[in-house]
Amino acid sequence: MFDRLKKGLKKTSDSLRHKISAAIGRAVKIDDEFCERLEEALLLSDVGASTAALIVDEIKSKAMEKRPADAEALNALVVDILAEILESGAAAEPLAPGLNVVMMMGVNGSGKTTTIGKLAMRYKAEGRKVMLAACDTFRAAASEQLEIWAKRSDVPIIRQREGADPSAVMYDAIQAARARGADLLIADTAGRLHTQSNLMRELQKIQRVAVEKAGVENFRAWLVLDSTIGRNSYNQVQQFGQAVPVDALVLTKMDGTARGGVVFSILKEWRMPIMFVGVGEKMEDLLPFNASEFSRALLGDAVDPA
Amino acid sequence: MLDSFTEKLGGIFRKLGGKGRITESNVQEALRELRFTLLDADVNFEVVKKFIANVKEAAMGEEVLKSLTPHQQFFKIVKDNLIDMLGGEHAALATGPKKPTVYLLCGLQGSGKTTTCGKLAGQQSKKGKRVLATPLDIYRPAAIEQLRIVAGKTGVSFFFPEGDNDPVSIARKAVSHAEDNNYDLLLLDTAGRLHVDEKMMEEVRAIISAVNPTEVLLVVDGMTGQDAVNIATSFDPVGVTGIVLTKMDGDTRGGAALSVKYATGKPIKLIGTGEKFDALESFHPDRFVSRILDMGDMLSLIEKVEANLDEEDARKLEKKLMSNKFDLEDFRNQIKQVRKLGPIANLLGMIPGFSGLKKHVSDDMAEQQVGRIEAIICSMTPDERKNPGVINASRKRRISKGSGTTVQEVNQLLKQFDMMKKMITQMQKGAMRQPGFGKFR
Ligand SMILES: Nc1nc2c(ncn2[C@@H]2O[C@H](COP(=O)(O)OP(=O)(O)O)[C@@H](O)[C@H]2O)c(=O)[nH]1
Ligand SMILES: Nc1nc2c(ncn2[C@@H]2O[C@H](COP(=O)(O)OP(=O)(O)O)[C@@H](O)[C@H]2O)c(=O)[nH]1
Ligand SMILES: [Mg+2]
Ligand SMILES: [Mg+2]
Repeated sequence: MFDRLKKGLKKTSDSLRHKISAAIGRAVKIDDEFCERLEEALLLSDVGASTAALIVDEIKSKAMEKRPADAEALNALVVDILAEILESGAAAEPLAPGLNVVMMMGVNGSGKTTTIGKLAMRYKAEGRKVMLAACDTFRAAASEQLEIWAKRSDVPIIRQREGADPSAVMYDAIQAARARGADLLIADTAGRLHTQSNLMRELQKIQRVAVEKAGVENFRAWLVLDSTIGRNSYNQVQQFGQAVPVDALVLTKMDGTARGGVVFSILKEWRMPIMFVGVGEKMEDLLPFNASEFSRALLGDAVDPA
Repeated sequence: MLDSFTEKLGGIFRKLGGKGRITESNVQEALRELRFTLLDADVNFEVVKKFIANVKEAAMGEEVLKSLTPHQQFFKIVKDNLIDMLGGEHAALATGPKKPTVYLLCGLQGSGKTTTCGKLAGQQSKKGKRVLATPLDIYRPAAIEQLRIVAGKTGVSFFFPEGDNDPVSIARKAVSHAEDNNYDLLLLDTAGRLHVDEKMMEEVRAIISAVNPTEVLLVVDGMTGQDAVNIATSFDPVGVTGIVLTKMDGDTRGGAALSVKYATGKPIKLIGTGEKFDALESFHPDRFVSRILDMGDMLSLIEKVEANLDEEDARKLEKKLMSNKFDLEDFRNQIKQVRKLGPIANLLGMIPGFSGLKKHVSDDMAEQQVGRIEAIICSMTPDERKNPGVINASRKRRISKGSGTTVQEVNQLLKQFDMMKKMITQMQKGAMRQPGFGKFR
């Protein structure tokens, strides 16, 4: 699993590692030039100016304190600090006994439906009885798209016509899931910008129905973030979280060159786990997120330079 | 988390303003803040560097140092440089020399290609063009079905040769079908692809060389971060002719616009501002800049108001704006008009000085807030509305009582109004060369 994660993240880690190594390679001294290069590496990964400044300060003061003897030791120190931030997210809550409802939410095109398709297979392979609910009744062919994914892993799907009330779909789906003895219902929702208050209310309504029908212990809301998006992801976490408490994050499209560094500012601000990382469009292109593996893969060879 | 791009820029300029003349050290300080601000607006690191260098060079010039109002000068330099970087004038979509004109849409997964296709279909068929839409996305589940539905909704024709799963051949067949049936415009909706996916990039090159589209539009999510430069740089060589920035209806600061423009030199032709098929606007760099500099998008606002006002009222409002005689009474009237135009939260962003509010308010809150502003103005005497300067502490108390608000709220409104007037003055200076105003005059 570690290898796969590493492969998926290779491009990301290559560039960041390269930059950090370059920063370190040039300056074993903790001087302004070192800090600037480090900051540049972070900024180019969407870490954001204020978080990057914080991290650089942290690294600087720890480095001053510990006085690493050589580039390698300095390297390790940088990696540790970054990893610590990624590891600070709360641990993922295991699913509850009985029927669990996981509602996937996020902005338009972030990868919700695709991630659900991948999750269905993963959980089914783990022996769960999975069902899908097509609560995106807005986008053209959204439920057809989910249905194709449902067929791929051969799990049942509950859908209604385009334009139907998504909370009614949720209601029906939970009933159907109970009737069939499913233990995991994954609900797709329409993409919405976090600034659209009417759509955020719609999401709250779907959540309310799910919590009423399935119980609060058995409900999870996962937010899907597209790693290509920059600083706006922070606003997304903040504002989706205000509408519906976010239990976990999924970070998609990590197979490109975007580095998803915005999660540093997100995890500095809120304690939540990143559950999975999307690294492609195929069924198997979903990897569980593990903070230490992620940071090691991200910066891996910076610790033990090859 | 942070103040908005425009709020922070406002802060820099207030700081400069407080110090009177521009000196080397306060330019440095302003530039540092500007850098921070642009980075948090998602402008690419390299582009920020370049931009700061340009602004610095211009700001340190003789003329500015001698200027009596250095903060305004600085503001203008930033604004002009942003407009410059975004590419000056608005660029229209091209029409091909012979039928059909072909537009091909490409870009990353989920950026909004299919939706934009629908928007273009709607827009062009409204103009009387006969439009045909064809999907070349044979990968994403239900992608073909999605475009079929979108074409149906926007009332244009749809063509897909069932059973064919070679995008190049589908594209060729679509062109001949369009030729044979005398369509004016063919829209080709391609599959999403990563710029590092060599096989998929080769595919789009092959499609383009097979059908030689009139426009190759790169569809970029307006929320894109630092990666925008990589994306744009990799797509550009396939023959991109213009950019579409989508999802600009949210609270993205839109720094990707600068990055993409910088990386490709290609004009941003359109912006997507919603999921519905009429949410497509042309891109006006000057307005975009006005917006990110918290001058509000007054031009769009005026156009909107204009569409809803009668000529007479519009002329009056314009005259007042131009002569800066705009007072609280006009402000109240404007709010009344504006309320007819749609959800207040959206419109707030267009009013100078108010865009910072937008992200803090839901539609309900905005309605409430605006209700309060109206109540406060209603509790003023006509004289106070004309000359807010006369409103002293005891008058403020009276007004707050009368309107059921607090003195703080009254103060806030007066301060905002003051700021708005300053912005209007500033804008007028730059407005003379802005095309939108010419139309209005
Ligand atoms: N490269 C890549 N593409 C992805 C990934 N996840 C989703 N996509 C693509 O992104 C696009 C939008 O995904 P979709 O699931 O429909 O997004 P939704 O609107 O949030 O439901 C589709 O073309 C997907 O194939 C990923 O991890 N990597
Ligand atoms: N809010 C908003 N959503 C948009 C806009 N353009 C596209 N979308 C949404 O983004 C998602 C992905 O769009 P789609 O056209 O399927 O993307 P494609 O994968 O590039 O074809 C859908 O949920 C669309 O409704 C826009 O301008 N504003
Ligand atoms: Mg979806
Ligand atoms: Mg599409």
